[in-house]
Amino acid sequence: MSAALAIVAAGFVLALALGLYARSGREMGLEQWTVGGRGFGTAFVFLLMAGEIYTTFTFLGGSGIAYGKGGPAYYILCYTTLAYVTSYWLLPPVWAYAKRHGLYTQPDFFARKYDSPALGMLVALVGIVALVPYMVLQFKGLGIIVSTASYGAISPAVAVWIGAAAVTAYVVVSGVHGSAWTAVLKDISILGVVVFLGLYLPLHYYGGYEALFRAIETERPGFLALPEHGQSPVWFSTTVLLTALGAFMWPHTFASLYTAKDPRAFRRNAAILPLYQLINLFVFMVGFVAVLQVPGLTGPDVDLALFKLSLQSFPPWFVGVIGATGVLTALVPGSMILISGATLIANNLVRPLRPSQDDAATARLCKALVPVIALVCVGFALSGGDTIVQLLLMGYNFVTQLFPCFLASLMRRNPLDRRAAAAGIVAGMATVAVTSLSGLSLSKLAFLGPLQDVNVGVAALAVNLIVTAAVARLPAAQPRPRAAG
Amino acid sequence: MQSIRWLAALPFLGMLVGPFFLNRVEPYILGLPLLLAWLVACVVGTAAVMAVIYVADPENRRPEDRR
Repeated sequence: MSAALAIVAAGFVLALALGLYARSGREMGLEQWTVGGRGFGTAFVFLLMAGEIYTTFTFLGGSGIAYGKGGPAYYILCYTTLAYVTSYWLLPPVWAYAKRHGLYTQPDFFARKYDSPALGMLVALVGIVALVPYMVLQFKGLGIIVSTASYGAISPAVAVWIGAAAVTAYVVVSGVHGSAWTAVLKDISILGVVVFLGLYLPLHYYGGYEALFRAIETERPGFLALPEHGQSPVWFSTTVLLTALGAFMWPHTFASLYTAKDPRAFRRNAAILPLYQLINLFVFMVGFVAVLQVPGLTGPDVDLALFKLSLQSFPPWFVGVIGATGVLTALVPGSMILISGATLIANNLVRPLRPSQDDAATARLCKALVPVIALVCVGFALSGGDTIVQLLLMGYNFVTQLFPCFLASLMRRNPLDRRAAAAGIVAGMATVAVTSLSGLSLSKLAFLGPLQDVNVGVAALAVNLIVTAAVARLPAAQPRPRAAG
Repeated sequence: MQSIRWLAALPFLGMLVGPFFLNRVEPYILGLPLLLAWLVACVVGTAAVMAVIYVADPENRRPEDRR
């Protein structure tokens, strides 16, 4: 076993120990296990929210897209920032409503607002479909880390299995409390590692940032800006907008709102979290240094850029430290995703069909479902060939379809009824599914001109809005308090 | 003041519209390509804007927020 692998393994063990420690002395009922008893203060909510957004995606995907695409990578800096701006107004009312009605999950919110358990089941399905690519990308990241840290002794496929087993064990042991404690550890280590890499590597190889960028500009002119076609400014703008709207529509992010003690935590975070975004800048630097130092990675291999460069630049023990940090960045969001997925199925798909099921039985079912979901995601992780960023964008296309009826439900008089909400979601999801399965993209439709580069998720959102509006105008099946339209 | 809220539109303008006009590598600002430098400035500006909104919002001045 290499020194690197030993350190990565130690990271796993430490995380597991923290999970066990966080659990000690608490009765793990459904509310404790899923929403931490709604007792987390500003600091923990901050860490959980940051914890979900700073994932393997930031670490490997962020450097990978900077390496593979250049300028388009900048979208990562922007979308979460805009999401935090909207969170200032959107999150406190959701939190208050969830607390008043004792909600556990995202579909609970929709089901209650629209007074329709069936809509809740639909939202749960959307959430599960979207969580799968998100979980797959965490597993892919874990696979890359473990196999790199072993210097090739462990194949990526075996590494994915090891990573999945570790995340599952971790979640079953500790629930959401473990996530919060590991988030503390993870944030400190990712901050340290990424800032160090982002400062050291450009200095070491080029002597400074400007020299680095000039070298890339000489070699590949225009790589550091957006291209004219494809990922053009139109793509950039629509992608940032889409992902900003979708950021809080993820079931696990939505559920983490419920862990807060006080809604002011969200407002304060709206001012602090954008600065935290700047960590991405250091991640980009790593990817950009790799462009000329470890050239030749293509397709899904761009996600290896950070590790290839690290192997070439550092001794094994430090590769191990980077790997252990990477493990933590997959573990925190991975555990949140598994908890959310399991809760969605147990509480929002199975429970409405089995009214006799009580909280205790739901909690037991949740824990039993965790390994099942993990297995399904391992299957996808081993079969697919997409990069981490592609997977994430696909998930965003799905969850953003929930945004219109979410926003409407926060209005004082909701203009939509359950049929309009459901019709819009189904239409949007169908559009995303058809376009991603058939590989159809707007860029093949020449008559659209510059609109060819619009993110396909935005097109789906437009279909969603049109259908929602059309159904909302249909005469109501039962009398409603207000005329339609 | 309610109107302070409208400051929140600035980050959206900067990030969604800015790239159409500033999609260039050169000149380098503080060592960063122009487009990247602009977006970083927008992120920092967003934090400032949200801090101003937070301070100006009477909602945050009540001792115990229980809405």
